[in-house]
Amino acid sequence: MSDKVSPLKQAAPASPEADLTGEVATLIVEALNLDVAPAAIDPDKPLYGEGLGLDSIDILEIALVVSKRYGVQLRADAEENGEIFGSLRRLVQYIGAHRTR
Amino acid sequence: MRSSARCAGWSSTSARTGPANRLTTLPLISHSSTDAVIAYRAGQPILAGQFLADVARVAPALGPGNHVLNACADRYHFAVGLAACLVSHKISLLPSTHTPEVVRQLLHFAADVVCLTDEEDCNIELPRVRYPTEAGPATAAAHTDVPRIDSARLIAYVFTSGSTGTPVAHAKTFGRLTACVREEANRLEIGEQACAIVATVPPQHMYGFESSLLLALLNGHALCAERPFYPADVAMALARAPRPRILVSTPVHLRALLGSGVALPETDLIVCSTAPLAQQLALGVEERCHTRLLEIYGSTETGQIAVRRPTGSPEWRLWPGVTLIARDGETWAQGGHIEEPTRMCDVLEMTGRDTFLLHGRAADLVNVAGKRSSLAYLNHQLNSVPGVLDGAFFHADEPHATAVARVGACVVAPGVDPERLLAELRLRIDPAFLPRPLLMVARLPRNSTGKLPQAALRALAANLKTAAAG
Repeated sequence: MSDKVSPLKQAAPASPEADLTGEVATLIVEALNLDVAPAAIDPDKPLYGEGLGLDSIDILEIALVVSKRYGVQLRADAEENGEIFGSLRRLVQYIGAHRTR
Repeated sequence: MRSSARCAGWSSTSARTGPANRLTTLPLISHSSTDAVIAYRAGQPILAGQFLADVARVAPALGPGNHVLNACADRYHFAVGLAACLVSHKISLLPSTHTPEVVRQLLHFAADVVCLTDEEDCNIELPRVRYPTEAGPATAAAHTDVPRIDSARLIAYVFTSGSTGTPVAHAKTFGRLTACVREEANRLEIGEQACAIVATVPPQHMYGFESSLLLALLNGHALCAERPFYPADVAMALARAPRPRILVSTPVHLRALLGSGVALPETDLIVCSTAPLAQQLALGVEERCHTRLLEIYGSTETGQIAVRRPTGSPEWRLWPGVTLIARDGETWAQGGHIEEPTRMCDVLEMTGRDTFLLHGRAADLVNVAGKRSSLAYLNHQLNSVPGVLDGAFFHADEPHATAVARVGACVVAPGVDPERLLAELRLRIDPAFLPRPLLMVARLPRNSTGKLPQAALRALAANLKTAAAG
């Protein structure tokens, strides 16, 4: 994909990834009406189960808002899928790599 | 766990002689020949003869006990496991969730229970039986006889959360289940041609058990082994299934499917249940998939009892023989395939001999995306956590019109860390019911009679949220 974020750019300060992280965290908090500030989500903690405590209904809701905002369709049979909700950081990296808008 | 205690207990069920309980036998599967397709995996057909061979192979692996927790994730494996239990006179246990507390209670209910699993990382604390690796078509040839099962035989227990913390078991017999899903095929008008059934729901819950599994096995249709989750997965599973194809799903999945913008293949029928479907959503789904959408109403105790087409009429039509009876402000369902007269946890209004309108849930019922519990049960679990002095769940306001409504909780537990409280609750209740928000408070807003109105809990939650924001 042409707009794929390269690892070099991701590492730079005030990177697109940092912007995207804030944006996705806000998207999640708003979509799920969570009692937590977007900035307070630990980017390295699991989103599912322990950690942020989301369940499969939430994951489907996130998949929906992510598809609407970024044009990314998540799939369970994608190799990396088990990892995508491993943390906010991984979700953001996945979106960054696959977004079409 | 205990047997259904709100009525006379299940022993009276087995003694009763209804039409489905006479000493007759019924075939394990209804496929016309061993060459008929009984399942698809990744679009590849699995024949009835192969299924019978797999059943004969898996049955001896289940061991000498009488009860099996069938936790297979693959729907075909689940079907083989269920049929293996049927031919070896074992009872399948189908709890709606596998939390450590439920598993512990299951062991108390049936000490000989084993867990049949096809997952490497299964962590259910029961003696485990690994689903045997598939042997392939070579073994299928010898299995041409379809076993017959006594219609009165108790084949499964499903469970609802009782109000005292002890789940209640509900017995299901083969004849009544068969009668129920044969009528389902009539109601869905899918009798003529063998269909492929794709489902987003697990076979372990009553709706999925009937509509994704028994509907196929006992009417000569084919189930699809996968359980697609994301909209793109559902679209692919449908595209792989030959027509006529059916999607068995829920409002949560259909809403995601419609909203995602994924291109959907033509689907001959969509079946929806677990929670009321918004009229707009039903219209949208029918338009997008060029199909009809039928909605099923039922409960764990009764199984499915009514169907409607929401874009056609708001009225539900009952299964034949099933009647609703109003008694002391409650509605009871009985007759037909229903094992025991059952109090329905919804407000129903009879509009004719076999039609009714659904006016929402009874106050105590909790339904989060089709997972049912009661405030009484959740409160019992909450108050059994060490350090909790007082605590109550409440119906949280819906975040916005179409999203899933959750439950919140107010808790008096000085010195208890909310994270630890959540971890304790996670052991006891399904994640769908974990409180959101969980509010640690000094005392609960009980009124002068000690009662705890839901509105007072919601107001307290709203005040705390405003205070936190300010």
